[in-house]
Amino acid sequence: MQFKAILRIIGLLLMVFSTTMLPPIAVSLIFEDDNFWPFFDAFILLLFAGLLLWLPNRNSRKEMRLRDGFIVVAMFWLVLGLAGATPLFLSNQHEMSLTDAVFESMSGLTTTGATVIIGLDSLPQSILYYRQQMQWLGGMGIIVLAVAIMPMLGIGGMQLYKAETPGPMKDNKLTPRITETAKALWYIYLGLTIACAVAYWAAGMSWFDAIGHSFATVAIGGFSTHDASMGFFNSTTIEAVAMVFMLLAGVNFSLHFLAWRSFSLRPYQQDEEFRTYLKILFLVAVTTCTYLYVTHTFATAPEAIQRGLFQVISMGTTTGFTTAQYDTWPGFLPVLLLMLSFVGGCAGSTGGGMKVIRVLLLFKQGMREVIRIIHPNAQVPVRIGDKPLNERVMESIWGFFSLYIASFSVMALLLAASGLDLVTAFSAVAACMNNLGPGLGDVAANYAGINDLAKWVLCFAMLLGRLEIFTILVLLTPAFWRN
Amino acid sequence: MKIIILGAGQVGSSVAATLASEANDITIVDKEGQRVRELQDKLDVRVVVGHASHPDVLMRAGAEDADMILAVTNSDETNMVACQIAYTLFHTPTKIARVRARAYLNQPTLFAQEALPIDVLISPEQVVTDYITRIIELPGALQVLDFANGRVRLVAVRALHGGPLVGNQLKALKEHMPGIQTRVAAIYRRGKAIMPTGDTVIEVDDEVFFIAARKNIRAVIAEMRRIDRPVKRIIIAGGGNIGRRLARSLEDSHQVKIIDHNLSHAKEISADLKRTIVLHGDAADANLLLEENIENTDVFCAMTNDDEANILSAMLAKRLGAKKVMAIINRGEYVDLVQSDLIDIAISPQQVTIGSLLAHVRRGDVAMVHSLRRGAAEAIEAVAHGDQSSSKVVGRAIDQIKLPDGTTIGAVVRGDDVLIAHGKLVIQPEDHVILFVVDKKRIREVEQLFQVGLGFF
Repeated sequence: MQFKAILRIIGLLLMVFSTTMLPPIAVSLIFEDDNFWPFFDAFILLLFAGLLLWLPNRNSRKEMRLRDGFIVVAMFWLVLGLAGATPLFLSNQHEMSLTDAVFESMSGLTTTGATVIIGLDSLPQSILYYRQQMQWLGGMGIIVLAVAIMPMLGIGGMQLYKAETPGPMKDNKLTPRITETAKALWYIYLGLTIACAVAYWAAGMSWFDAIGHSFATVAIGGFSTHDASMGFFNSTTIEAVAMVFMLLAGVNFSLHFLAWRSFSLRPYQQDEEFRTYLKILFLVAVTTCTYLYVTHTFATAPEAIQRGLFQVISMGTTTGFTTAQYDTWPGFLPVLLLMLSFVGGCAGSTGGGMKVIRVLLLFKQGMREVIRIIHPNAQVPVRIGDKPLNERVMESIWGFFSLYIASFSVMALLLAASGLDLVTAFSAVAACMNNLGPGLGDVAANYAGINDLAKWVLCFAMLLGRLEIFTILVLLTPAFWRN
Repeated sequence: MKIIILGAGQVGSSVAATLASEANDITIVDKEGQRVRELQDKLDVRVVVGHASHPDVLMRAGAEDADMILAVTNSDETNMVACQIAYTLFHTPTKIARVRARAYLNQPTLFAQEALPIDVLISPEQVVTDYITRIIELPGALQVLDFANGRVRLVAVRALHGGPLVGNQLKALKEHMPGIQTRVAAIYRRGKAIMPTGDTVIEVDDEVFFIAARKNIRAVIAEMRRIDRPVKRIIIAGGGNIGRRLARSLEDSHQVKIIDHNLSHAKEISADLKRTIVLHGDAADANLLLEENIENTDVFCAMTNDDEANILSAMLAKRLGAKKVMAIINRGEYVDLVQSDLIDIAISPQQVTIGSLLAHVRRGDVAMVHSLRRGAAEAIEAVAHGDQSSSKVVGRAIDQIKLPDGTTIGAVVRGDDVLIAHGKLVIQPEDHVILFVVDKKRIREVEQLFQVGLGFF
């Protein structure tokens, strides 16, 4: 293990991360919200912490091995989760315990969008902006950003990239060189964000809200600058804009890349995952809207459709914006929506959950077994598009699925043991692991009311979900540390 | 540069490694997914799995905007068709293909632009064979590299006790050999490069790279060491592609024996080669080697495609008394293990071949590139174009050219004349300038030196 080289990289990245305190400082100065010092202190603190790690190790330029890559990614998210909490913890405007600050920061970076803060509307603008910005940084992946801007991560970069990018097939590069791939991804991400911010502004938001919400939308995060989330604006246009961009951000970014490069929509049409993604959302949306209308939850059909559709897209992509109190919706709807978040976005998107492609392949694998029962001698390849899938990928998906369910169960039981009721415990773990945000029961609106132990477990759940289990779990195995 | 490499075999993957480290956009295509995925983990390249000559596969590999396609799959036909497709469908500017079969190579009209549009044909086996032949014909040399169609040579020799120049300063060279011009381009002492000046003293065991006109090479080698007797008796282990070619090129002037362990192979070779003695047996069998008078053999060449077998049989031959042993070693790691004390000359086919490809990747007009010292150094033959205002080299004396650190100009070839470099020599347009670059990281700067300013076009 090349600890010095790892520390050097972490130090460097921490120094880069410290500069993300500068925009909130600017915001604080513009709005004169009297919250300048926490961000300034955090900036200096993180810069020096990074320097402290980097300076003694700056000459350790050994090539990173596979294992080092895992440590760097995991350590980095862990360190940033803590580093991101500093300005929140330091702020006097809104007293926060260490647990709460870390929870909020982790929830931001992993684009979960679960919050422990009540009274967002009265917070200083700089903190509000900072929360949104954290989601934006976490959305595409901080490592991917680092690979894009730091050529020194060149070769080892692929290992890091693989450890962070969501989805089962991580070998597909958009361009031959990893830095170019990472840059392409960030250009698309940036482009979507700008388009989204302008659209929000045109739909009637203030610039501050428009930029903040565009960060949370394109990153599929779900933080809002208002307690009532998207419901605050009570505007059909704004909701429509949000729906469009949530849908777009939940699509594999390589499709955006291909479409943009070839100026056509064919890449979308040809992609089986994309079609399945739309089909699933459409089916659930129809069910939800019909049920809402039939049960007279909303007075008119248009309102039922408006509320239902928004909530389905928000939960299906794991964003977590709300326009209605969906947890009080009748019958099976709250659970259906929560289950939908397990499917999540497409691989290579900013969405959470298990990813559409995995669910699709698990389903196909199931169907294959059925066909094998009917035709015991048949050779039935699992296909994606027209191509038969490598059996190795299928195996890794099974492994992923079993670990996902196992981790989910263990953490839910832990939460229940810590004193939460079952609905709250299960929904909180699901919402955090899928990087969704709002759960059911006590955590439907915010996570302020649960105990500290539960919050730490949920922090872990968010990280596990964002890094897709393996990257974190591999560090917990003795085999990894054995020399 | 955007480069597509077809085939992830030995040549393909080593070329990819070299080119990817120079910030090119490399895409590798191969049929076997496992092999290319391993490459992707090691190198910063993109891989595409599929049949190399299929248009859809090439399309996925980004053939539409590729600058160069390098077809080095192990099938001649695939390579040729891939180039044809790249030309017809994607208008790829540079198409390089490996074609091995003599039947194709004997018909040069086949490769015209309107038939099979291949810009450069490479045959790694032939390149390696030529390389070995040159070393055998020049006893004492570790490496012999041709420039300007062989008019100038860069030769590496190890300085030994008994060489008149050893222990003396370089400037003594002129007095030792009046009328013979040469220039020492670099000296490697215990693995480290020294930039030679007139005051540098040659020590025993230095690896000296010098440039001289072809006819003067022997005289210069004689300054560094006692010159060995000309080679007469040669044993080649392994009758594969390289072994057989080597035997064919040497059999008229030397006594050649070739050992192959495969009986039908051996019969085939014996039918093919008229003067060579073909032996069926194991090259690492001491009895066989003794029977064939290994102790009187001048050169033993281990040329099978198995590194370990080559190393062991070469070591055995050396132990049994062969004067000089050479082995083909594909793995770079092994070369460090065995060279100099156990095996006299280790030959890395990839490194020998890569030079001929690098010449097409380099910017500016580069006629020849030889990769040296496992790719760390390079010898380049660049053509100077333009005039005093548009070029950074033309019209200037060598003293005035701002060369990057660790770079020396060794010689200039003007038409048929070979001019060994000295400070006052003024570069003229269309001169072929031969440079030695100790640190490959500086190549970019050398390229820029020879690129013509915009004014020229």
